[in-house]
Amino acid sequence: MQQQRHTISVLVENKFGVLTRVAGLFSGRGYNIDTLNVGPTHDPSLSRMTIVTRGDDATVEQICKQLSKLIDVAKVIDYRQGDYIDRELVLVRVAANGQNRAEICQMAELFRAKVVDVQPASLTIELTGGESKIEKFLMLLKDFGILDLTRTGQVALPRN
Amino acid sequence: MSTAAVTNATKALEAKREISTEAQFGRDIFVKALERAGVEVIFAYPGGASMELHQSLTKSHIRTILPRHEQGGSFAAEGYARVTGKAGVCMGTSGPGATNLVTAIADAYMDSTPLVAITGQVAQAMIGRGAFQETDMIGVTLPIVKHSYLITDIRDIPRIVAEAFYIAESGRPGPVVIDFPKNLQQAKIVPIWPTLDEIKKGLRTYNPQPLADETALNEVIGMIANAERPVLYVGGGIITGGAHRELLEFAEATNIPVTTTLMGIGGFPETHPLSMRWLGMHGSAVANWAVSGEFKSRIDPTEPLVRLKDGADLLLAFGVRFDDRVTGKFEEFAKHGTIVHLDIDKSEHNKNKRAHLAIHGDIKDALARLNVLLKKRGGINKKFEGWHGQINEWRKKGSFRYTTPDQIVSSDHIKDHFRAGMEGDTIIPQMVIEMLYEMTHGDAIITTGVGQHQMWAGQWYKFKDPRTFITSAGLGSMGYGFPAALGAKVAAPHKQVVDIDGDGSFLMNVQELATAHVEKIAAKAIILNNQHLGMVVQWEDNFFDGNRGHTYLGNPDTRNQVYPDYVKVCTSFGIPCERVYYRKDLRAALQRMLDSKTAYILDVITPYTEHVLPFIPAGRTVADMRY
Repeated sequence: MQQQRHTISVLVENKFGVLTRVAGLFSGRGYNIDTLNVGPTHDPSLSRMTIVTRGDDATVEQICKQLSKLIDVAKVIDYRQGDYIDRELVLVRVAANGQNRAEICQMAELFRAKVVDVQPASLTIELTGGESKIEKFLMLLKDFGILDLTRTGQVALPRN
Repeated sequence: MSTAAVTNATKALEAKREISTEAQFGRDIFVKALERAGVEVIFAYPGGASMELHQSLTKSHIRTILPRHEQGGSFAAEGYARVTGKAGVCMGTSGPGATNLVTAIADAYMDSTPLVAITGQVAQAMIGRGAFQETDMIGVTLPIVKHSYLITDIRDIPRIVAEAFYIAESGRPGPVVIDFPKNLQQAKIVPIWPTLDEIKKGLRTYNPQPLADETALNEVIGMIANAERPVLYVGGGIITGGAHRELLEFAEATNIPVTTTLMGIGGFPETHPLSMRWLGMHGSAVANWAVSGEFKSRIDPTEPLVRLKDGADLLLAFGVRFDDRVTGKFEEFAKHGTIVHLDIDKSEHNKNKRAHLAIHGDIKDALARLNVLLKKRGGINKKFEGWHGQINEWRKKGSFRYTTPDQIVSSDHIKDHFRAGMEGDTIIPQMVIEMLYEMTHGDAIITTGVGQHQMWAGQWYKFKDPRTFITSAGLGSMGYGFPAALGAKVAAPHKQVVDIDGDGSFLMNVQELATAHVEKIAAKAIILNNQHLGMVVQWEDNFFDGNRGHTYLGNPDTRNQVYPDYVKVCTSFGIPCERVYYRKDLRAALQRMLDSKTAYILDVITPYTEHVLPFIPAGRTVADMRY
């Protein structure tokens, strides 16, 4: 079976220790977490966790079922089935000088990224997008010299 | 899960909407909440962070039993839970008191035992400061609980306690931890008591009683009608789900032979002609063959598998989890059969073994509906005669048996302990259990420690009723037997309760002799004393040429004396105990033990050279079974 990346969305009750319960389930059963994002939803009693994990179909099936068993987990959505939208936000600080600043800005524009901070020797750029777009952008920035970067990890919503 | 258990749990809750008008201490609110949850007994050992609760317990009708170690108390709570189906309750103080409960919590998690473990916690202002006796109990127990609570607001006490019992007892039962900071025990508030409906509403997505899909159930009936060699493989789910009557009706209506897991023992009467007893590593050869087929015996696991007789073509796996001690090598288990897996916990589906038809549902409900479907279609129009013929052939050569080989009788161990000329009167461990079975007419509740004696207890005592075989199956916790027997006896004071134990296991919670004496709990124990860690010895004999790696439990300097001297140990605790060496004395000694109105320990000296058979080495197949 193939090891693939899967996105799972978990709606959890905003209760004491819920993040530890979910994270502990992954470590305790030997599942991988590539990225993990947690944030509030429109319902103040619920948070949404978006987890990108790696494993074959049987593993992902187990992960979803084990997550569903946790008392504080309200709903698990396995994005293997059905259509969904996913996005990630990245903040990247790239080395820039008088000569290449314009080039970097142009590149950001091509990717519909935003320059959010300008310093004498660097630029900070904000980019939102799917995984491939972000990877591509970061690859292109590499030549200029990436000084620092932070990513939110994927967030996802079903289309319906 | 049985609806019966839910009503058990929360009877008091449903009864009335109670209103309090006066401010009460957190500790009193907590104990009141326990009363409202129907708690009758708590096994609790006090300390700084839980003594407030003990103060409240002195004013409650709840019986507080003081164990002599938190582990003993928590195993006793498990024993109580396994006999009653209600949550067992244990309590310890913060830090070491709490961590001493951890083994029982893990045990309850593995065996789906409803357990509410209460731990005192240091005052909230001290949490995280490395306070005296501070341990992060929520963190420690996270992977081994069904759910857990740290009380952070005094107003939450009634809700948390009610939820804890509801969660522990409903659905697939399990352990729930409540960690209770001391300052909240001492604080005061006017409590608001929730009703059961409010509790359920609060747990909005928790569904403890899923119902099986009707189409799937119809499909099962069709599969049975088309099968030639069906087998029912049933587990602890039958017992926790209270589905033993429905199972009996189903098995008899379809004439399908039944094997149980170790946890399922008692879920189907082992005296019934359809019973093949339990299966797995040390289970009956008959059941193992019936499930996976009979193969040419092999010693070398690299030899090819040669199938001699077909096993099940339809395996009805109801309330089981395909534990590795049952399946051996997963891929070879029931390899040629269609597997139907019915379970209340859908994470068990396809976890260890892929099912062809996975049904998610409450087992009592599903079996009852299967029985209705069977009646509607006028039953199954075959009786599987050929299949039963084959099983009867297997019974002839594969039923449990033991011998008294010369090798045992002439071993050094026997010579050390027996008078010259008396060696032939050696007591073989299996024989003790067989005799106990006969003398109690199979009516006793049996608890066990873990090891060879545990397997023999399963083999040589035949269980007719659910909740009569209380053993640590999944976690395999040595030291379980005697405290579990205390809990069982408290739950069923009119039943004969006997712990069949090993000398290693018994010693692990020997301090509970004090609990038995002081609390006047008349549980009995038979120590099958071979002065060794018998099961490990057996593995050493099989896989390490008999080299002993710290498996001798006697005193090496005085090998000709039994060590420790249990008669002296028990006497100092005020509990009668006698040692038995010879077969001629065994029956009378067992009778004295059974007749005793108090706890009674029988120290039976047995050879350590006996192996538990059948034996399928871990991770191997039925072809590798020694029997």
